[in-house]
Amino acid sequence: MAVQLAESPPAATQPPATPPAQTTAADTNSAFGHALKDTLITGLIALGLLGPLVGFETVVRDTGAGSALGLAYRPVVVAVMVAIIMVGRLVLNLTVWSPNRVVKTRSGPSVFDRMGTAVGPVVKPALFAFAVAFPLLAAMLMGGLNESRYLIDLGILILTYVMLGWGLNIVVGLAGLLDLGYVAFYAVGAYTYALLATSAPINEFFSGLLGETFWANWAFWICLPIAGIFSGLWGMILGFPVLRLRGDYLAIVTLAFGEIIRLVLINWVDFTGGGAGIASIPRATFFGVPFTAGEDGFAALFGLEFNPMHRIIFLYFVILALALITAFATVRLRKLPVGRAWEALREDEIACRSLGINTTNTKLSAFATGAMFGGFAGCFFAVRAGFVSPESFTFDISAMILAIVVLGGMGSQIGVAVAAAVMLGGMEMLRNLGFLKQIFGNDFDPSLYRMLIFGFAMVAIMVWKPRGLVSTREPTIFLKERKAVSGDLVKEGHG
Amino acid sequence: MQPSTGNAAPYRWDADPILLVEHLFMRFGGLVAVNDLSFNVGRGDITALIGPNGAGKTTVFNCITGFYKPSEGRLVLGHGRAPTPEEVATVTAHGERALVGSDAAVYLLERMPDYRVSGEAKVARTFQNIRLFTGMTVLENLMVAQHNALMSASGYSLKGLFGLPGWRAAQRTATEKAQYWLDKVGLTDRADDPAGDLPYGAQRRLEIARAMCSDPILLCLDEPAAGLNPRESLELNTLLRAIRAEHNTSILLIEHDMSVVMEISDHVVVLDYGTKIADGTPEAVRNDPRVIAAYLGVDEDAVEEVEAEIEAEIATGAQS
Repeated sequence: MAVQLAESPPAATQPPATPPAQTTAADTNSAFGHALKDTLITGLIALGLLGPLVGFETVVRDTGAGSALGLAYRPVVVAVMVAIIMVGRLVLNLTVWSPNRVVKTRSGPSVFDRMGTAVGPVVKPALFAFAVAFPLLAAMLMGGLNESRYLIDLGILILTYVMLGWGLNIVVGLAGLLDLGYVAFYAVGAYTYALLATSAPINEFFSGLLGETFWANWAFWICLPIAGIFSGLWGMILGFPVLRLRGDYLAIVTLAFGEIIRLVLINWVDFTGGGAGIASIPRATFFGVPFTAGEDGFAALFGLEFNPMHRIIFLYFVILALALITAFATVRLRKLPVGRAWEALREDEIACRSLGINTTNTKLSAFATGAMFGGFAGCFFAVRAGFVSPESFTFDISAMILAIVVLGGMGSQIGVAVAAAVMLGGMEMLRNLGFLKQIFGNDFDPSLYRMLIFGFAMVAIMVWKPRGLVSTREPTIFLKERKAVSGDLVKEGHG
Repeated sequence: MQPSTGNAAPYRWDADPILLVEHLFMRFGGLVAVNDLSFNVGRGDITALIGPNGAGKTTVFNCITGFYKPSEGRLVLGHGRAPTPEEVATVTAHGERALVGSDAAVYLLERMPDYRVSGEAKVARTFQNIRLFTGMTVLENLMVAQHNALMSASGYSLKGLFGLPGWRAAQRTATEKAQYWLDKVGLTDRADDPAGDLPYGAQRRLEIARAMCSDPILLCLDEPAAGLNPRESLELNTLLRAIRAEHNTSILLIEHDMSVVMEISDHVVVLDYGTKIADGTPEAVRNDPRVIAAYLGVDEDAVEEVEAEIEAEIATGAQS
């Protein structure tokens, strides 16, 4: 290169060098002008939208004769928001959307994927260790058992959703059947426990046989498997007529089934207690030993000082164990013919049938297995809350669980766990946005913007990681080397 | 023409058929896609089903493999030996799907749903537009094909869930079988890659390997050579011959590539507008004026006329 330059006359090399530089400068100028123009237009649109929507505020005015409702205007908030939008737009126009930007052609796995493979082996043990040590950490962090109640309750809630996410993951992520009514099985599990545990005839039967307190102490441990089996059974009953439908139709009918179960719970007052629900459900016991302050309670048995937190921590470990059983069973099932058939079903149903796989049975088994884990979680919900009512089993719960599965990456265990922690933990964290008051003044209520911020986060994840946090699929068997399958090749299923 | 060896049954497909297609009709509304089609597929033969586009070849395949329920007709599949007329009559009269004996079994395919046709009657198929499990690895594709055998070995998941030794042995055997077929189609190096990442020709071979992993006695291939280059076509011929020779599997294939059809098939059935227009050895079919007419698209009577015209055109072209 240097030799060529030296040999060729300077006049000859100069002209071809300058024009590209000129055009680049012109491009930059026009790009900057374009960006400015775009920013101004965006600012105007934002002003038009936010001016009335955010600007006006209803206030209660004291008008001598009493208080009356009036309108106030907050120009500062509007100005700050418009400014944020304009600056953001300008930055985006000059960087990501710039016409001069050289688009990097990506070869091989993305940064996220490489990061995933680098930390992948550590993530699972680390998360597991964190989950086990969580109550201790919480107690240390908050400085006492009683003070850590909020955190441990949050942990229980997150783990419940992790378990529900893993259960629904079998149906949606592995078998590719879009189920919008998963909450139905959660409800069946919860009501199974609530009805059996508060049933007088069963209580009488056992008190005659094994003692007065037997049923109250053992109801949870006896009902837990029953609730799972019962939910699985309901999964089959609901699945049978539904599974000849595909795609959107399947989704709508499962949605309807979720609502039907809830409406039956509300209207069958004699059996379920209707909208009032079922109260005073027996609490969880330490394998028959109640968490009471009395002589035969948990604290007395282990020589501890009585503390109501013992029960909460025990509940935490129960749901942790249930969630881990769900994960273990799913990982195991994936490597069995039934799990491979689920995934094959998601990939291509017709090819499945051409290989002798009974697709109806396969779909039913996925539906029933998913429902069974939903039932376990429901049983746990009932024993934790001590009270169930149809209010707890609305479509919101189904949507939340489905969002967790989709965000986590369909079919991925660790992705679903992280998504559940982020969704529920993040929602709770957004309650603590007090520092924003320093920016927007003391009248600003940050918790009102919780759902907005949450929505933005969801959109951001869907833009950057459309296949969820973990988008690669782990093969279930390998000859020489386990290579993750790119999410682009994995199908989402059509119902 | 192949010289007849006996008076009664000159050809293998008449003497020892594995599949009898009898008066098959398939109607879609007013359209008759398959019209009174009867032919036999010989045990150990490679039978080609050919015809112009839209002749109803794939419809016949879909009927045989249970994806369509024929409007009329009977599809008799014999395991072990050719089904006797008495056996067929018994099964038909009793309204059963199959008559399974110790050495032989008769299946009426038109009475069976698709997954039983492949699972019980052991008729495997491939598809015109390849249907692989693209998000699963090559090896996984072959494991899914052994679903039914593995399912019972895993005790319907119960034994497998606890990892009992019986299940592990079954899994090992299945992997070995998959490896055998990977070796056979030359995909061993790519066993752990996703099936969707394979080049087109390799996907075709993998689909055949997957079908073979379900231990079929009749393999139905829908245009296996479509989109293959000449070298790949040649390899396909070798593979199909090997399957027939070593695996006791008869082959029924739809193909447009005449080099494949004429080279490897023992028996050719020609369809046009859902009706059979020729049935015989490749040589016989190639010289059949009705086949030529169907492929050139003229009436039966005009075949000679068209041939004369073409010859005349060639002659004038050479002059000018």
